[in-house]
Order: sequence, then structure tokens, then C-alpha cells
Amino acid sequence: MAQREIEIILMRQLASYLSVPIFVVDPAGTLLFYNEPAEALLGRVFDEAGEMPMGEWSTIFRPTDDEGRPLEPDVLPLVVALKQRQPARRALWIVGLDGVPRKIDVVAFPLIGQGNRLLGAAAVLWDVNGR
Amino acid sequence: MRISLWGTRGSLPSAGPETVRYGGNTSCVELRDAAGALVVLDAGTGIRRLSAAVERDIRRLDILLTHLHMDHIQGFGFFEPLFRPELEVHVWGPPSTTHDLRTRLTKYLSPPLFPVRLRDLPCRLHLHDVPMGSFMIASLEVHAALVFHPGPTVGYRFVERGHSLVYIPDHEPALGARAFPDTPRWTSGHDLAMGAELLIHDAQFTDQEYGSRVGWGHSSIDDTGRFAELVKARRLVTFHHDPSHSDDMLDRMAQHVRDKGRIPYDLIPGQEGMSFTIGE
Repeated sequence: MAQREIEIILMRQLASYLSVPIFVVDPAGTLLFYNEPAEALLGRVFDEAGEMPMGEWSTIFRPTDDEGRPLEPDVLPLVVALKQRQPARRALWIVGLDGVPRKIDVVAFPLIGQGNRLLGAAAVLWDVNGR
Repeated sequence: MRISLWGTRGSLPSAGPETVRYGGNTSCVELRDAAGALVVLDAGTGIRRLSAAVERDIRRLDILLTHLHMDHIQGFGFFEPLFRPELEVHVWGPPSTTHDLRTRLTKYLSPPLFPVRLRDLPCRLHLHDVPMGSFMIASLEVHAALVFHPGPTVGYRFVERGHSLVYIPDHEPALGARAFPDTPRWTSGHDLAMGAELLIHDAQFTDQEYGSRVGWGHSSIDDTGRFAELVKARRLVTFHHDPSHSDDMLDRMAQHVRDKGRIPYDLIPGQEGMSFTIGE
């Protein structure tokens, strides 16, 4: 299996040291890593959840708006950041894998490396009620 | 391929009686392909003495910079072939998102830091951003990849007729790999160095020193050994020696690695003047 891009390795390294929840995906949207603070929000430690494709993580947490309407993957900030190569932000509700619903504010940004290579995207997940 | 070490010291030239055997000049390696084409790896102070080994009738040479820290470019202006009008010189360096290679090199190669401007060098100078991926220089297939070190820094892999040299003089692969060296996918430089016949690699610190220098972009000799084992290198040449390390200290560092037990590669502490041949 190929080595990860340097910028992605550095992003994971940084995330693992931060106390804000961080979620990192590759250019195909595959979840590569979320850090320990994110584990508390998402209801499962990363080592148990493991890498998962975008089609899975974009639905497994059952994202909804304030009125409880399901959100399509294309409007999720991480997907916008990846597909449109621009930062995106949105408040939404998720249900963690521990079954607990939480309102989070998501700020996502694309990871664009040397030579304009799209390497993935990262998101800060902010627990609106927990902070 | 023939490889000669002209400078193995890191960070700062370190001439003195205590560094006579390993040498005090900073990073510079001469690489010749099977036909004799010349590629120079980094332009540390070792490049000055390399000048005398450059044939008068050579028409082209390439200088590949891993990055632009001072110890890798300090000798540039003292490389005599740059003053030959008939010589075509190609300089390759890592791309930056802000300034091109000429602009960054000119910060040093212009007054007041240096009397000769880059544009006034008599040789036919061509500057290139190193492509990420592979390209050819003479009969050498060159692979470049970003590696862990502060600022844009690349490592190089050279392949000729299936034989490989990997040069990563400034590198801290233990930094991003949480379970180093057990996670190849998350280890900087892994793919670049995999299966290298000769790996020239940063080994600046002892394990004890590294503890207070994490993030500086360099490796302990122990981590370098682990990296060499991970990538299944056949021969490891330790490089970028700390300027404060004497010859005796470098001997002890190498012995420390050997004392840990059988190592699956040949450990060769890099000394100025050493030469290697691959694939002949």
C-alpha cells in the first residue's frame, strides 16, 4: 500500500496533538483519521472505526439540519471542501456511534499541496452545546 | 553509478583537528552515471573541492538541491565550473508556493551576503523546480519526493539499470509516524527509499540528543537505523553529522548501533572522501 502524502502525514500529526476535534479525508473522500477529541463527538475511537469511504461516513452519523431533515452528502462541509476546493462551514446535527445526538459546527478546508495537488480535506468539528 | 562524498557534515562547516577523519564540509555528493555524466547533490561547502574533479571538457552538469538551507547552498558560489562560459549548468530545487528558485537562491547569492550575483555567473545557468515524480538526467532515472524537514525539502532516488541510490540528507521520519517504524504508509520517505542499494541518510543526533530536538527535521542514528531496516536498504551511509560531534563521537555512535545486535544492512558512517560503486 502506497505511502501517504507528506502533507497528510503532517496533518495527522498536528491533529493528534490538538485538543480540538479534527477529521481528515483523502482526495476520494475516504476517512483517514480523526483524533481523540473527535472520538468523543463521534462516539467511537478511530482505531475501532477505521478508514471508511465517503459514502459510509457521510451517512453513518445521520447528519440532519435543525429541523431534523437529512442532509445530502453534497452539502456537508467536508464534501464541499473536497469537490469545490474551497473552505465550507455549516452547523448540523449528527448521531454519534454511541447513539447520542449532538449539534456540531463543522469548518472544513481543502488540503492543497505543492504543485496545486489536491491531497484531501480536513474539518474542525465544534461541539456547539459542549463548549 | 559512482558516488563520492565531498561533504558529510550538517548545519555548519566544522573544520578542526577533532573532525579530520569524517570531515568538516557540509553536504555535497558527486554522482556519476555509467557514462560519466555528472550530477551534484547539494552545494554545501564540500562542493568547492569537487571543482577540481570536474573535467575541463565537460559540457553539462546538474546540481540537485534537496532544500535551500544555508548548509546546502553555502558552497555554490565557490564552485569553479560555474565560471566557465561554455558550461551548461542545470540547478534543480524544491518548488515553493511563494517564490521561484531564482528568487530564493538570489537571497544568498547577491550583495551584501555574496559579491557575485546569480545572473552574473558566466556559465549557461538553467534553474528548475524539481518535478514531483520522475524525470531523466542522462541515463539516471530521478525520483523526487517531499520529505519531513522544515520548509520544502525533497529526497532523491536515482535508478540506473535497475540499481538504486537514495539521498535524504535532512530527514526526520520518526516525526509523523505514531508507531515508528511500524507504519510504512505513514512514514515519510518510505516509498522513496524502499529497497535502496545505497541509502545516504541523516543521522545527526544520538537518541539522547534527539529527545530535546524533536521537530528540528533531523534523525537520531537509532531512528535512521530503524528507517534503513524498514525500507530494506542494503547499505546505509550515515550523513549530516552534527557539527559538535568529533570523529571519536561519530565512531561511538556507529558502534552503539552495531552493539544492539545483528543489523540487516551494512552500516557505513559517511566520511569525506569515501566513494562507492553501484551496479558495476
